[in-house]
Amino acid sequence: MTVQVLSVASRAFATNSHDIFNIHRHEPHNNWETEFDFTKENMAKAKEILSRYPENYQASAMIPLLDLAQQQNSGFLSLAAMNRVAEVLGVAPIRVYEVATFYTMFNRSPMGRYHVMVCGTTPCMLQGAKGIYEAVSRHLGVVYGQTTPDKLFTLSEMECMGACVNAPMIAVADYSGGVEKFTYTYYEDLTPEDVVGILEDLKAGKKPKVGSQHRHNAEPSGAVADGKWVEDSPGANITLRGPPPGPYCRSA
Amino acid sequence: MAAQAAPAPADDLIEVTVDGKPVKVPKGSNVLQACDAAGVDVPRFCYHQRLSIAGNCRMCLVEVEKSPKPVASCAMPAGPGMNIKTSTPLVKKAREGVMEFLLINHPLDCPICDQGGECDLQDQAMAFGSDRSRFTEVKRAVVDKNLGPLVKTVMTRCIHCTRCVRFAKEVAGVEDLGMTGRGRDSEIGTYVERMLTSELSANVIDLCPVGALTAKPSAFTFRNWELASTESVDVSDALGSAIRVDARGPEVFRVTPRLNDAINQEWISDKARFQVDALRLQRLSQPLVRGAGGGLEPATWPRALAAAAEGLARARGHELRGVAGRLADVESVVALKDLLNRLGLAGVDGADSVLLVGTDPRAEAPVLNARLRALALAGVPFASIGAPLDLTFPLLAAGDVVREGWNGFAVLADAAGTVGALDLGFVPGAGARGVAPRAVYLLGADDYEEGDVPADAFVVYQGHHGERGAARADVVLPGAAYTEKFGTYVNAEGRAQSTKAAVGPPGAARDDWKVLRALSEVMGAPLPYDTLAGVRARLAEVAPHLARRGALEPPLWLGADALGVGGAAGKPAADPLATRVTNFYQTDAISRASKTMARCVRARQNPVPGL
Repeated sequence: MTVQVLSVASRAFATNSHDIFNIHRHEPHNNWETEFDFTKENMAKAKEILSRYPENYQASAMIPLLDLAQQQNSGFLSLAAMNRVAEVLGVAPIRVYEVATFYTMFNRSPMGRYHVMVCGTTPCMLQGAKGIYEAVSRHLGVVYGQTTPDKLFTLSEMECMGACVNAPMIAVADYSGGVEKFTYTYYEDLTPEDVVGILEDLKAGKKPKVGSQHRHNAEPSGAVADGKWVEDSPGANITLRGPPPGPYCRSA
Repeated sequence: MAAQAAPAPADDLIEVTVDGKPVKVPKGSNVLQACDAAGVDVPRFCYHQRLSIAGNCRMCLVEVEKSPKPVASCAMPAGPGMNIKTSTPLVKKAREGVMEFLLINHPLDCPICDQGGECDLQDQAMAFGSDRSRFTEVKRAVVDKNLGPLVKTVMTRCIHCTRCVRFAKEVAGVEDLGMTGRGRDSEIGTYVERMLTSELSANVIDLCPVGALTAKPSAFTFRNWELASTESVDVSDALGSAIRVDARGPEVFRVTPRLNDAINQEWISDKARFQVDALRLQRLSQPLVRGAGGGLEPATWPRALAAAAEGLARARGHELRGVAGRLADVESVVALKDLLNRLGLAGVDGADSVLLVGTDPRAEAPVLNARLRALALAGVPFASIGAPLDLTFPLLAAGDVVREGWNGFAVLADAAGTVGALDLGFVPGAGARGVAPRAVYLLGADDYEEGDVPADAFVVYQGHHGERGAARADVVLPGAAYTEKFGTYVNAEGRAQSTKAAVGPPGAARDDWKVLRALSEVMGAPLPYDTLAGVRARLAEVAPHLARRGALEPPLWLGADALGVGGAAGKPAADPLATRVTNFYQTDAISRASKTMARCVRARQNPVPGL
């Protein structure tokens, strides 16, 4: 339980749940000696990204370039990576630091192979996100912001990813394959059992089912309730009690 | 950049109503400027007339008729016929609400805050805030940043107006500062620990509306209401920035900029601001005479003056030489010139292109550099001949700048006393060349050429800091520093301005022209003036333009003759043309004696720890 308390305290001072500070602290893996440069292929990608923007608005490419650098750099932006992006864009490094610290999807701490992000926004929370978090946390033995000792999983909380109709959901980023094999996958309609199964599959190198775990897409066929998938009785309509009414102006 | 106060033609004016009072403002003004023009005080934190508009503090909310909600007046362009109201219940409630939000995370440490008493947040909370808080949760805490030896940070006090960030980017041209993080976790800083590498960095102390950025050298040494202010002129460089000297009793505690649109706008260099700690260090406070043992010994004024007179009287004709130092005011120079009777710029803002020859304005006059930078960003081409420079703005090749009919010639003097002395014709006479001086009078001159002071010469040093000149001297006559006298200085553009005494000279030290007047009496050739007014009347006789204070004057000494144009041309120099100021922080006797400046020099050697 002390770990839990610690995580809550540290989260109160960070932009996202895995970076504690919004300033740089030299660490063995991230300091002035750390090196970063885009690979030849990624530099070509960066050039292509830059070409999308007008000559005098090259700094607009900052977010895509940071994303590229993060994918190449095993999932996190080191100081060197941010400095390199600044150099490519021709802006002062601090302008890049500002952007990288603002957006929660840029990581400034080393990540595990899989970045497991549990949605904690209202619809997922109403559908049992807390139970999903507890299951993941118990299974991996880490809390938000921590990485498992085998460097396989980093657990984070995130805000709404727009899959609310299939709540609760998690997203898993796979940083192990560099830019080419980078994946960012949603797993939806989760029960605590489902999510543990997904983590087991990932650990075993298998590919769990992507998207909803219980239906085809987002068709009305059931919902997660109290940590269980509840199938609708055949023909039932869970959102509407009758045929949808027309606009109010015509109903009178 | 904010619109300047130049009067606009009538058809470029629009009329708006502020609190029922009609007022005309130039097109392109914002609602806040319209309120200012109407004399209505609108509270603000992030808005600053010389910085870009951020619109993020929300304190300047006013009501505009037909607008459904209060508008941020700094970010709202004024339109013709707009009816602006600043004293309605809606505005009062809006301001109270904004203030309550600003105070949510602001610590209640006013009693130990150096900004206390001159804090915008304090004043505006008194004027516009509520008298109680509804906030019962925990206030946030922010890590303090190390920005070098000049700017102290207490980041928990920061209200994120971003004035300092915009100043660093837009005026100083050194993009060190930024806002990292977001929401309640945002913080101002450099992300990676580093000092501010601008020579204008300490201006963020004045810009900061709260106590987040305060002066590190003078932390916890005074309260602002204890200080007596004197409006004066800076002499740390040749720009002559307008300053306010704040003193408590006999000590100068603080120098802050004064508004002078023609010279320094409202900035001053770090040296001008923080070299004042040297005014109580290494001072010459009593006359000294070299004794039989070879050391300098304290003496009374009559004895010192007699010794000086005796030594000087040994020299005949051109064997007597006077050297005026970097900080010599015009009054003492004219007195010296009169005593040694036998020995005797264009403004920048109108420039159409600028060529910098062997100069580094960033080191010699940083505030001027900020003005040049504004010109460069406005599209005026700049080029430099000489050693490579980093001026915080782009330079072109010289060939692209110098065109036919181009008139951009000005000389940037690197010391406050230079232009004034040259204006008075304080230059070696033709007969003095080739004659080894037997007696030398150093008027605050510590940077003299070794050849000007032969080893066997009798040397009188008159000045305020014990340094190279005083160490060499046979007689030392203690003078007054620029905060202790009414002295005229001519800046690099040719403007004559006067310092004012904020405190008295220490110990037995005296005004410089008075020392020379006393010496002339002892030497049997009394100068014909006994008052400052008398000296200035004499000045007006020698150089009439010095009586016209603050006006631009073309330099008298900058003719074709002086430069040798058309005559025997000088040999091209073998070394690249380079500035003589290699160390911005230490250029004269005062800044070399300053501990703060020494700390700056050390910090500058390693601005980014660990890199």
